[in-house]
Amino acid sequence: MEQLVRDLVPQVLGVLVRRGADFATAEDAVQEALLEAVRRWPDAPPDDPKAWLVTVAWRKVVDLSRSESARRAREERVHEEPPRGPVADEDDTLLLLFLCCHPALTPSSAVALTLRAVGGLTTRQIAEAYLVPEATMAQRISRAKRTVADAGVGAPGDLRRVLTVLYLVFNEGYSGDVDLSAEAIRLTRMLDAASDEPEVSGLLALMLLHHARRTARWDEHGALVPLAGQDRSRWDTRLIAEGVEILQAALARDRLGAYQAQAAIAALHCDARTAEETDWSQILEWYDELLRLTDSPVVALNRVVAVGEVDGPLVGLRELAAVPADVPRRTAVEAWLRERTGDLAEAHRLYAEAAATASSTAERDHLILQAARLPGS
Amino acid sequence: MAKYLLLKHYRGAKPLDCAPMDQWTPEEVQAHIAFMGHVADQLRERGEFVDAQALSPDGMWVRFDGEGRPPVTDGPFAETKDLIAGWMVIDVDSAERAQEAAAYLSSAPGPGGEPIREWIEVRPFLENPPTVTD
Repeated sequence: MEQLVRDLVPQVLGVLVRRGADFATAEDAVQEALLEAVRRWPDAPPDDPKAWLVTVAWRKVVDLSRSESARRAREERVHEEPPRGPVADEDDTLLLLFLCCHPALTPSSAVALTLRAVGGLTTRQIAEAYLVPEATMAQRISRAKRTVADAGVGAPGDLRRVLTVLYLVFNEGYSGDVDLSAEAIRLTRMLDAASDEPEVSGLLALMLLHHARRTARWDEHGALVPLAGQDRSRWDTRLIAEGVEILQAALARDRLGAYQAQAAIAALHCDARTAEETDWSQILEWYDELLRLTDSPVVALNRVVAVGEVDGPLVGLRELAAVPADVPRRTAVEAWLRERTGDLAEAHRLYAEAAATASSTAERDHLILQAARLPGS
Repeated sequence: MAKYLLLKHYRGAKPLDCAPMDQWTPEEVQAHIAFMGHVADQLRERGEFVDAQALSPDGMWVRFDGEGRPPVTDGPFAETKDLIAGWMVIDVDSAERAQEAAAYLSSAPGPGGEPIREWIEVRPFLENPPTVTD
């Protein structure tokens, strides 16, 4: 029943919101309907659980707004008749997802609300995943709901924002007892099934291709294993095949975007049986494409790595000069290029410098090891 | 979101610009403590609060002294230059927001109800998961 409920809750919420319930009321109503389902379904399982939940939850919405309007009888409330949502045939879960990624929310609030309302995770699970007290997460979520309610249901987030939020969730990885990467993939699959935008497929492919290599990315002590050093036999070939297939279908639609380009790069890495077999020329072409699409300094830095592989470290260093000094990991890339030119003492110094400014312990430890591997000056 | 440690020092590289707390009136001390609680409440309300602790000024240095031997202890040192008084841990959207929260903490009232403008040390956690890149 749990999986069924997790699939149905966002759909039911979406129906209520589209019918005009405000977000917070709709969620309370769904929670109450679920409690009733727990009591009644074991003896009398419904033929259509979704329809059952919608009926019961809608009755709760009406009850809740009645007592609410009684309580605030003298107040003028704009939310009693909220604007109706988009057209009725749009998928309800999708509507809810867009609402949770409302432009009025900060990314972290959107993440929390999405995991709660669309992902169906408990507040405690989300709090544990993000290592904050449950009360803090509860507050973050209820503030987010208020923000969405105040901003009005009529202005849901755009697709780009939804994709950003899903990718943020994916990158959080595994923490607490919830696999956030798997959750992000589940939600992106849902979105992809209901959308005809190739960038959604691009993001899904990108996630699958990264996820396929997840177990190889960390050693048994939790240390970061760079791509070149990974045991490729531990990559999940089934996920890679699926990711590549989704990506190819997306690319065939001829509307390229940044997620598709990143997925293409990931696919080329997945395609190499050994690090030496990596097709860096093609990867560099995709980085050129990605840079045109995003104009991001982080992409420019990653492109320099590909340049270093294709044209050698001296050309790489020359192109690195154009990357702004404050781009994270620039020093690590410079260290790697210096090492390739044979300037080991300088590489050692740069690795140590990069370690001092790393933003995670895994990255810092990896860079310190790189420095320790090389003779100092 | 990123976590930051806001460190309060009793004394250190950036000493307080007003009389030490034991010379304040009881009302001033109470107002100061109430403000600290208010800061924590406000962070809770914003969904940013993670932890807050105050530390006793007593403490000692301890180190390993070989297998099977009791640890070596040293101190307490009344004259240690820098002493951490306590901390707050916050989980916020940006470095700017962490600074804003620290500045607010630093505006706690002191003698005469004036903000004491104490220096708060702001340190980012090394926790951000490395973004996957190829």
